[in-house]
Amino acid sequence: MELKQLCEMQGISGREEPVRMAIYHECVEKLGEENVTIDKMGNVIAHKAGKNPDAPHVMLTAHMDEVGLMVINATDDGLLRVRAIGGIDPRVLVSKRVRVGYDVPGKDGKEEKKAISGVIGAMAIHQQSAADRKNVLPIDQLFVDIGAKDKDEALRYAPAGTPVTFDTPYTPFGDGLLLCKAADDRVGCYNMLRLLDAEVSGDTDFVFTCQEEVGCRGAAGAAFRLMPDIAIALEGTTANDAGDMPEVSKVCKVGQGVAISFMDNASIAQPEMFAEMMNVAKACGAAHQVKMSVSGGNEGGVMQRTGMGVRTCVLSVPCRYIHSPSTVCALSDVEAQYQLAKAYLEK
Amino acid sequence: MYDLIEKLVNAYGPTGRETLVADTIEEMVKPYVDTIRRDAMGNLICEKTGEEGGQRIMLSAHMDHIGFIVVAVEKEGFLRVMPVGGISMNASLTRHVSFGNGVQGIICREPVRDGETPAMKHMFIDIGAENEAEALSMINLGDMAVYSNDCFRLGQHKVAAPAMDDRIACALLVAVLKELPQKTRNTIVAVFSTQEEVGCRGAKTAAYGVEPDIGIALDVTGNGDTPETKLPAVKLGAGAAIKVMDRGSISNPELFSDLLAAGKAAGVPTQREVLPYGGTDASTIQLTRGGVKVCTVSIPCRYVHSACEVIDLRDVDAAKKLLVEYLK
Repeated sequence: MELKQLCEMQGISGREEPVRMAIYHECVEKLGEENVTIDKMGNVIAHKAGKNPDAPHVMLTAHMDEVGLMVINATDDGLLRVRAIGGIDPRVLVSKRVRVGYDVPGKDGKEEKKAISGVIGAMAIHQQSAADRKNVLPIDQLFVDIGAKDKDEALRYAPAGTPVTFDTPYTPFGDGLLLCKAADDRVGCYNMLRLLDAEVSGDTDFVFTCQEEVGCRGAAGAAFRLMPDIAIALEGTTANDAGDMPEVSKVCKVGQGVAISFMDNASIAQPEMFAEMMNVAKACGAAHQVKMSVSGGNEGGVMQRTGMGVRTCVLSVPCRYIHSPSTVCALSDVEAQYQLAKAYLEK
Repeated sequence: MYDLIEKLVNAYGPTGRETLVADTIEEMVKPYVDTIRRDAMGNLICEKTGEEGGQRIMLSAHMDHIGFIVVAVEKEGFLRVMPVGGISMNASLTRHVSFGNGVQGIICREPVRDGETPAMKHMFIDIGAENEAEALSMINLGDMAVYSNDCFRLGQHKVAAPAMDDRIACALLVAVLKELPQKTRNTIVAVFSTQEEVGCRGAKTAAYGVEPDIGIALDVTGNGDTPETKLPAVKLGAGAAIKVMDRGSISNPELFSDLLAAGKAAGVPTQREVLPYGGTDASTIQLTRGGVKVCTVSIPCRYVHSACEVIDLRDVDAAKKLLVEYLK
């Protein structure tokens, strides 16, 4: 599947169904139905036998879900009240275009449904007091305007529980850069779909997980089911390299290669595995950098502490403005993540 | 006991880098246990097989020590760091630190501007390098430093050192294994665990593998016997502290009573400990599989998470006799 298609697809945490079905079909096409499972949490698990029976069993993850909003109610004037799903900075929300609900193709007698357009609104600047202007409006003071005339109409189009995603077309720009939504972690999904063709050394389970953005909930069940020897998360991570930042605070830089983590808030990479990954990166020529911060958390944490313990490592594509409607990453870094993961799996 | 403690507090082992400590302990306990293995998290798991029908009792003492991890190098050769575990900035200022490869350094802080709160981002390590390239020839990103070795006697009964949290319990557990009779009814599994300081991560996978009936964490606890400090109501030199509760676990009441009774039977002083903060390996052991009965036996410790953590040898002796009595 093309990266454009994956990034433009809608799928907030817990409501990953459009992404899940597309990924499931591609996995089945490549590995056969008998090797692809959807578990009870909604993870897609694609199994591929390794060529070397003595090689360790590897679990690879990329999460399907993206951060977004969910409708909880509507005002009498027909404006939708929403809550954040996943970590979103409310400062990035005002006046952004969104899509409310998902596109659902009509089949089996069901009517075709289309997501509807909306915009995130806030009290007009003219109405704000001097104090208001200094403060960030929290999400519970924002709303999504879908043009409805009253509460009934608003909730008819978007009942409580309706998912809302950012409306951002996939836009290549600059020199090999990409502007899109949901790069975290559709880049990982994109690479994992390509890795289904790898000549894997050990038995490998490719797990497209759900609910990462709300606490790595999908990966926990999947890791418990699989009990792998090694787990590798393919992620998108913060690049803090824009603006007036001291060199040492940049975390990682867009365009400088796949970021390998020695530690984040969820796990400390096993030192031998970290060293091995650095060596594989050097040997295969994949552009790489060490993630220079102990920040963020990801599926490495829950996978590492499953059962009797799992050796883990996290490989990330640096993303500027992560968790916002407009994320920027470099296609060369996406490629480097693929190259390194492939070299490791085929080793 | 002092020699054993000194050897263990001097072994390099920040959180996530416990291999050297595990190697040191493995040599020490080899003659006293039946099997030794390590799991993917690096836990050292030593089993002394008991009789059929006995219980599986897991004791856990963590090997890791809070430290600093290098996240960036300045052009001028200074290292930017982040904490690994609960590092106190005040306790760290201008402290001597050491890396695993022998590189020495000093924790320093840049001048903090008016209105700014001092934070970890203002800290750096001076390793004497004159530029970025020299620094990177000495250390790598991701390397960790700990407070440098400095173990000394304080007064008649006390010992001060960095890493007393929790090498004192490692020493205690080694001593208990040495003193246990050759045959015990119960199977004793001594776990020297990893990554306690970042959320008791090692004990979680160790307990999953061990499948114990009972879990006893061995750790240090705070003190209420220095100026203007009241809680926990635990004093150095007043005996082994048996934990009732902390932020991570509520001890199983029967196990708590059994441990108190073992102290009485062994003729050693004990104290009841209610800690209004903190947690031990008991917090993750208790939630493993279908649940495990847990309690913690603590060694009272002053200035926990500093470079001078102080314990009293009489408390260590009391804890040792109590545990041998309970386990035998």
